[in-house]
Amino acid sequence: MRYESPGTVADAVAMLAAEAGIAKVLAGGTDLLVQTRSGMVEPDLVVDLKRIPGMLDIQAEDGGFRIGAGVSCAALGEHDELKAMWPGVVEAANLIGSTQVQGRATMTGNLCNASPAADSVPAMIAAGATVRIEGPNGDRDIAVEDLAAGPGKTTLEKGEMVTSVFLPGRPANSGDAYLRFIPRTEMDIAVVGAAVSLTLDDAGACTAARVSLGAVAPRALLVEDAAKALIGTKVDDDAMEKLAAACSAAASPIDDKRGTVAFRVDVAGVLARRACGIALSRARS
Amino acid sequence: MSGKTVTTTINGDAVEFVCGADETLLDTLRDRLGLTGSKEGCGTGDCGACSVVLDGRLVCSCLVLAAEVEGRTVETIEGMASGEELHPLQTKFIEHAALQCGICTPGFLVAAKSLLDRNPDPTETEVRYWLAGNLCRCTGYDKIVRAVMDAARELREAKNAA
Repeated sequence: MRYESPGTVADAVAMLAAEAGIAKVLAGGTDLLVQTRSGMVEPDLVVDLKRIPGMLDIQAEDGGFRIGAGVSCAALGEHDELKAMWPGVVEAANLIGSTQVQGRATMTGNLCNASPAADSVPAMIAAGATVRIEGPNGDRDIAVEDLAAGPGKTTLEKGEMVTSVFLPGRPANSGDAYLRFIPRTEMDIAVVGAAVSLTLDDAGACTAARVSLGAVAPRALLVEDAAKALIGTKVDDDAMEKLAAACSAAASPIDDKRGTVAFRVDVAGVLARRACGIALSRARS
Repeated sequence: MSGKTVTTTINGDAVEFVCGADETLLDTLRDRLGLTGSKEGCGTGDCGACSVVLDGRLVCSCLVLAAEVEGRTVETIEGMASGEELHPLQTKFIEHAALQCGICTPGFLVAAKSLLDRNPDPTETEVRYWLAGNLCRCTGYDKIVRAVMDAARELREAKNAA
């Protein structure tokens, strides 16, 4: 294995594109190093992106925030303006692993590792976040929900890398939240995760909503029917009941040691409803 | 395999070493630099026995490549005591019998110091969550948490007296 730490995106992309063997991008390393050390992945080249200017920065942009691919989850949790705008996204990122893991793990890594149970991904999808991808043919922005292709697989082409996540600005009276079910209180992987982001008008009616589920399908889901259940309503009990039903209907999980199909389908609705309640109270405050 | 030359700062000392591209910081500390205080428990970032502070952030040194620390600063358990004088956390771990076999202890101490450097007056809940990534199979954690709370109190009193 070779290790490179280029100083520009152009150099990083050239290295990734030129590698005939397996090339991996290193951000926080909390997934990659576990995989390389266990022999699950045997890269010929590892390209560390953290020496590239901007990769460790959180920058205000168009009323929202652009988060470099190397920004640790701990750094997100220390950014007051980001937390105020997207509390659900930051909370989701801060649920990943231990304090030690938080010091290194990144949202971009969480996304590119493409685990269906990644905590920050449903929260980013609900937030309408996009990622910037840079590669041999230039750069492009795509929606977060279009990056994962399935467990451990992404839609990135050879030589491409994600260089930042963009969280858009938000209108007044907006709120978001993410909840996951785990059988412990800390240090676990989501059995189900649910994220809701919504905006209210001055009369308290929902004008926009996005709902996303994790760990109930091969990749995180954007549940449009659940958002439709909220839009145009006052987000009352009836609307939340419909949201929960839409989430349970959208869930198509597997049985595994973490939970059964029946349990996950039920909990997807329960968690979405609870996350909606938190997002609603945030939008009203 | 060609080695990579890395220049870094460890516990305040300038250090230069040659490492393999796939070598972890933990292996370099232990096998090349003789700093064997950091332990390998799991090697997957779950147990925290290899905890070090990298540029001010608590991390698992088993999940850092040695080549990554070029130009950075690393703090390990070996830098915690001042000569023969133990850090208050170390003293309190002994007083409270917060260790048995000792494998997890360096990681707990480094992690606890990183908490108290940021938050001198943590609640018990904050201590328990901060240390959730440090596993101990001997003590049941209560003595560790009490030792950290007691050390925090002593450090606050010493600071107020100063």
